[in-house]
Amino acid sequence: MVVFDKPHALNDMPFHYCPGCTHGIIHRLVAEVLDELGIEGRTIGIAPVGCSVMAYDYFNCDMIEAAHGRAPAIATGVKRSDPENHVVFTYQGDGDLASIGMAETVHAAARNENITVIFVNNAIYGMTGGQMAPTSLPGQVTQTSPYGRDVNHCGYPIRVCEMLAQLEGPEYLERVTVNSVKNIRAAKKAIKKAFQNQLDGKGFSLVEVVSSCPTNWGMTPQAALKWIDDNMLPYYPLGVYKDRSAAKEETK
Amino acid sequence: MAKLTFKTDYCKGCGLCVDACPKKLLQLAKDKINKKRHHPAEITDEAACVGCASCAMMCPDCIIKVER
Ligand SMILES: Cc1ncc(C[n+]2csc(CCOP(=O)(O)OP(=O)(O)O)c2C)c(N)n1
Ligand code: SF4
Ligand code: SF4
Ligand code: SF4
Ligand SMILES: [Mg+2]
Repeated sequence: MVVFDKPHALNDMPFHYCPGCTHGIIHRLVAEVLDELGIEGRTIGIAPVGCSVMAYDYFNCDMIEAAHGRAPAIATGVKRSDPENHVVFTYQGDGDLASIGMAETVHAAARNENITVIFVNNAIYGMTGGQMAPTSLPGQVTQTSPYGRDVNHCGYPIRVCEMLAQLEGPEYLERVTVNSVKNIRAAKKAIKKAFQNQLDGKGFSLVEVVSSCPTNWGMTPQAALKWIDDNMLPYYPLGVYKDRSAAKEETK
Repeated sequence: MAKLTFKTDYCKGCGLCVDACPKKLLQLAKDKINKKRHHPAEITDEAACVGCASCAMMCPDCIIKVER
């Protein structure tokens, strides 16, 4: 009996990601959810600009490549063109979603657009060679902060889930990570819920996945997974930041 | 007993599967080089594998198939 294999929603193309980069794990979790919900045939994914720019090469569902940061705007149009049939997700890095695309993110959340957003936070601009992102940690050494991020000069990193949770609009916001088998299981559950919410017509559901970038963090894949525990999670705590339907259930 | 199948030529030798195995059954094959020019992962003692799929879940490149 097969207990584990590549999900159907991923094709056989090898990922171009660096060795040990957790983008690949997150792709797989999305694909497993498409398989389990039986929605591959009616799903349209929106790829970002960033290391995952070629996500459209890997998924078997339809994919569109958006201009940098504009994925939630494209997703809005695709979803509204056939809300009953289209299942729409964006897959975006932290530079894409929280820097150049911040306006699109905030307004899609504020409108409670019925889409699913997979937000890959690796605290860096991976694709372009490791520049500081709006999510880079205080003191983090990057190509553009060689002495470490100085918050007096560059400001503080943005906690996207906490920030969006202040809005009335969004349905569901959760932060997860994929640096261990246990955390991968929890991340899958959150991603599945974010898609199920869309099928149930509940609205904007974002899962922030704290991810690694061994290449630009300048460490081995193993050290990068530990760096998530030691440095990322204290600043970006895991958890559910908003779940409107669950909150309603409780007050009943 | 479980059966593992690696898509060996897709392996990037990152070693995350090696660390994920609770029974320490995996290693990077120092005497082999695949098409991507990495030392690919391999199982040392298949008979001892319990088929938990921890290695496969941790593999960023999704190249391990697990049967039980
Ligand atoms: C309009 C525009 N501005 C800037 C760029 C350069 N650029 C490409 S990817 C990127 C940031 C990617 O970082 P992130 O979204 O965090 O993705 P990662 O590579 O880390 O997964 C930038 C600034 C671009 N392609 N287009
Ligand atoms: S640069 Fe970083 S985020 Fe991009 S593929 Fe390599 S490890 Fe992954
Ligand atoms: S299936 Fe489990 S026991 Fe077997 S090699 Fe993988 S992690 Fe180890
Ligand atoms: S986790 Fe995957 S890519 Fe990395 S060494 Fe193991 S089999 Fe190879
Ligand atoms: Mg990034």
